[in-house]
Amino acid sequence: MTATSFVRHLSPSWYESSARDRVRILLDAGTFEEFIGPEQRETSPHLGIFDLPRQFDDGIVVGRGRLDGKPAFIAAQEGRFMGGAFGEVHGAKLTGLLRAARDARTIPVLILFDTGGVRLQEANAGELAIAEIMRALIEARRAGARVIGLIGGRAGCYGGGGLLAGCCSALAVSEHGRIAVSGPEVIETNRGVEEFDSRDRGLVWRTMGGKNRRLIGGADAFADDTIDSFRAAALHLIERAPAFGLDMLKAEQARLADRLERFGTCADGLDIWKQQGIADATSVPAMSTETFIEVANRIEEPRHDAR
Amino acid sequence: METFSYRHKADRRSTGSRAQAIVGVVASGNLEVLVERILPGTECQVEVSTPVTGFGAVWEAVIADFVERRSPGGLKLSINDGGARADTVALRLAQAVRVIEEEGR
Repeated sequence: MTATSFVRHLSPSWYESSARDRVRILLDAGTFEEFIGPEQRETSPHLGIFDLPRQFDDGIVVGRGRLDGKPAFIAAQEGRFMGGAFGEVHGAKLTGLLRAARDARTIPVLILFDTGGVRLQEANAGELAIAEIMRALIEARRAGARVIGLIGGRAGCYGGGGLLAGCCSALAVSEHGRIAVSGPEVIETNRGVEEFDSRDRGLVWRTMGGKNRRLIGGADAFADDTIDSFRAAALHLIERAPAFGLDMLKAEQARLADRLERFGTCADGLDIWKQQGIADATSVPAMSTETFIEVANRIEEPRHDAR
Repeated sequence: METFSYRHKADRRSTGSRAQAIVGVVASGNLEVLVERILPGTECQVEVSTPVTGFGAVWEAVIADFVERRSPGGLKLSINDGGARADTVALRLAQAVRVIEEEGR
């Protein structure tokens, strides 16, 4: 093993880290200041009804700090507490953070998604929370704030989380990151195994996994599974993310229409990658991060000002 | 949901200057411990909230052992349990005291 790869792995794994560790290590050392910390015990008002344990931060850490010396707002979901799912308090904390970003206008927001979607035990409150967050996110972008999603946790980014990711200014994803609305088993249950075989793990990753999301433009940057790599991606995207406006929305609509036309009949990620001109498409899943980033940058779709 | 509250007198006051720390996560077989430096002198308080009922005697024994070993005077520890085993609870309690006694933030 070379000295270079040894140094690279000194940064902890994003996938293995807790939400609090991701925030602490991603930001400049000692700059994180939490809003509504666990000592305030703002826990879920619903879980007790079901005799389920609560968590003092309701599964999300929000606050502000500095990234490379500049101020940033940050939110991180804890994917191990109820699958990182959105409940009433969890959602309200993210809404409040995004409203603060709207009022501040120029301070970027990092959202460290790690979620299966809405918490079933507080379904209505959770769905309302998603709608409120969506509005707050768009208002923050309209006011001038860049909202960057970072996805590489064990719960992936599903359900309402997938919708929110679609509203962000830009996304960074690692190989472990999965982005979708309906999960594999939900699709299979509703549409049948011929539509989507949730037990075919390769198919799941070729469809929802970070590499496919990066190749089809669903994510804007690809990160290694380290906190350092996500930090570098976040800094890059804060600089590069497009402003929010009618021109960008039109460009995005055109990009999505073009994508549907080109790849709408593809049954598998492999078919898309072949059509994109990747000579050995079957090698993509096993590709190293460095090689993959080269390939992804080479075949990158014309982006205009779309996200 | 079962809740317990234990009050102990520790041998000495916990060291360090951090006001609070939190360790662990509420997941299956795991727990979170919030520790706050808010009690006078060598008083120690442990609050437990657990969905697994009927293990009061085990909690009492694990916490009494913890207070004797770590001497967490001045600390209030609050536990949200996700069904952790006694050994995991003992490790998390020790970790919480270790983190709040660390220097710096």
